[in-house]
Amino acid sequence: MTAVLTGTRPAPPSAARIALARVRLELTVFARERQLVVFTFAYPVLMMVIFSAILGGDERPGDIPFPQYFLAGIAATGIMLISFQAVGTTIAAEREAGLLARLQLLGTPPAAYFAGKVGQVLVALAAQLALLLPVARYGYDVPMPVDLAHWLTFGWVAVLGALAGTVLGIAVSALPGSASSVTTGISALALVLQFFSGVFFGFLELPGWMQQLAALFPLKWLTQGMRSAFLPEQAGAFEVAGGWEHGRTVLVLGAWVIIGLVVCARTFRWRRAEG
Amino acid sequence: MTSTQVAPPPAGTSGTSPVVSVRGLRKSYGGRAVLDGLDLDVRRGECFALLGPNGAGKTTTIEVLEGVRRRDAGEVRVLGEDPATAGRAWRARIGVVSQDESAGQALSVREALDHFAAYTSTPRPTDELLAAVGLQEQAGVRVGRLSGGQRRRLAVALGVQGRPELVFLDEPTTGMDPVARRQFWQLVRDLRAGGTTVLLTTHYLEEAAELADRVGVVAGGRLVDVAPPEEIGGQLRRRSTVRWREDGDWRQVSTEAPALVLRDLLAATPHEVPGLSVTRPSLEDVYLSLVGATPGGEQR
Repeated sequence: MTAVLTGTRPAPPSAARIALARVRLELTVFARERQLVVFTFAYPVLMMVIFSAILGGDERPGDIPFPQYFLAGIAATGIMLISFQAVGTTIAAEREAGLLARLQLLGTPPAAYFAGKVGQVLVALAAQLALLLPVARYGYDVPMPVDLAHWLTFGWVAVLGALAGTVLGIAVSALPGSASSVTTGISALALVLQFFSGVFFGFLELPGWMQQLAALFPLKWLTQGMRSAFLPEQAGAFEVAGGWEHGRTVLVLGAWVIIGLVVCARTFRWRRAEG
Repeated sequence: MTSTQVAPPPAGTSGTSPVVSVRGLRKSYGGRAVLDGLDLDVRRGECFALLGPNGAGKTTTIEVLEGVRRRDAGEVRVLGEDPATAGRAWRARIGVVSQDESAGQALSVREALDHFAAYTSTPRPTDELLAAVGLQEQAGVRVGRLSGGQRRRLAVALGVQGRPELVFLDEPTTGMDPVARRQFWQLVRDLRAGGTTVLLTTHYLEEAAELADRVGVVAGGRLVDVAPPEEIGGQLRRRSTVRWREDGDWRQVSTEAPALVLRDLLAATPHEVPGLSVTRPSLEDVYLSLVGATPGGEQR
């Protein structure tokens, strides 16, 4: 084997170039993880089908048919699963398999690795919603956002929620323990948050302490933001604060992005902790 | 195989200045010293083998040199820089073939090589790499379906993809069958022929003897001997054992002058000497006594 290079070398590739390669790789690997793909795309649709079959005749505060109320919640849940849960568990597994050790040895900028995850999440999310929304629209007569402004709301809530979820997924992947124990912890947290945040039940039906606890976490705000895109304007009166609270939603989700970034910067490791 | 961009070493890095220089390296885990004042020099262009039993500190040493493990004390220079603080430009000059290599099970061999080419500004062409490690026929096979030996070869291809000056091989042939091991040795020889400096760890003696210009024996967290493989053990090596039977009992003498012992023995015995033998220690004997004879060098 020849061609060792001992003269002057060109500078290493930019973080942006590596990030692009990462996005392509993450999407390839994701597409080949059959179980993950099926779960990611089927879960929201299945939930829609099951819960509408059970509670389809119910109405939520403000005479909102159940499927309409539920679409907002299940869209928010899908975003959390595809960002927070999938990212957190795959990073823990990648670290355990030694994939991250290789990236470290290659001098990969962590930002390029993170960017790869974000890119993969956004593409997978677009595909997930492109499947869920028609099912809700044509299967359950759920009206889509009424105008461009509501579509824009839908867009920024989804992207901000996915960003917060991805960053927090990267952050929790640093939890100690094996990949499978990290996976269990993340899944349990995600499940509890779904119940606390008004995904399955009307948020106002939850006990007060649960509402207050949920308000600390992003999923409640993500769900509320989604309701503001899908439900009629007057339904806002039935929120805890009597309105959609877009400003506060941006603030809380944005704060979680920043908190997540700080935690990542301080705790992200390419390898498992020293023995 | 084409040989591109072979440049003479720049002034100041050639000749005698070592590629790796380590003085007094120490590292403890939970109060247990794994490295206890290790010294090491690797010269440009040579193949140096760190030889020692499992747990002697070989992997920890390599990881410190790669800049992925913090050290407690000691001075370390790799390609003129401290690995603990060196940046991406330095990383581009080293290649690593690590023990638990994993390039992503879901990718094909070619996809993995094409992907990782994006991390270096000086990638070797994928087809050239595939040919060099003999994986042309597996180019389309998923990494997860490769045999152990094939996976190691992919690891080598990835390790040399960026044309490194210095390659670390950490126990590269552990778990390989003899055929795969011999093929792998040829890969390392090819690498050397291209001018790459190689630092490998192994607990196989014959591997060190086969590949290395110099062998460093690690025991108890220190380098207890450094020499070309045929000279390792020095004085221990020169001691022969003269063995014979006398009055039904085995007798033996360990000596550096077996001829003198024999002359005395033969002079004192008018008839045949039963069971007479003179043996020189094998490399393995020398290695075992080096590893076992170290003060505080119990296997860990």
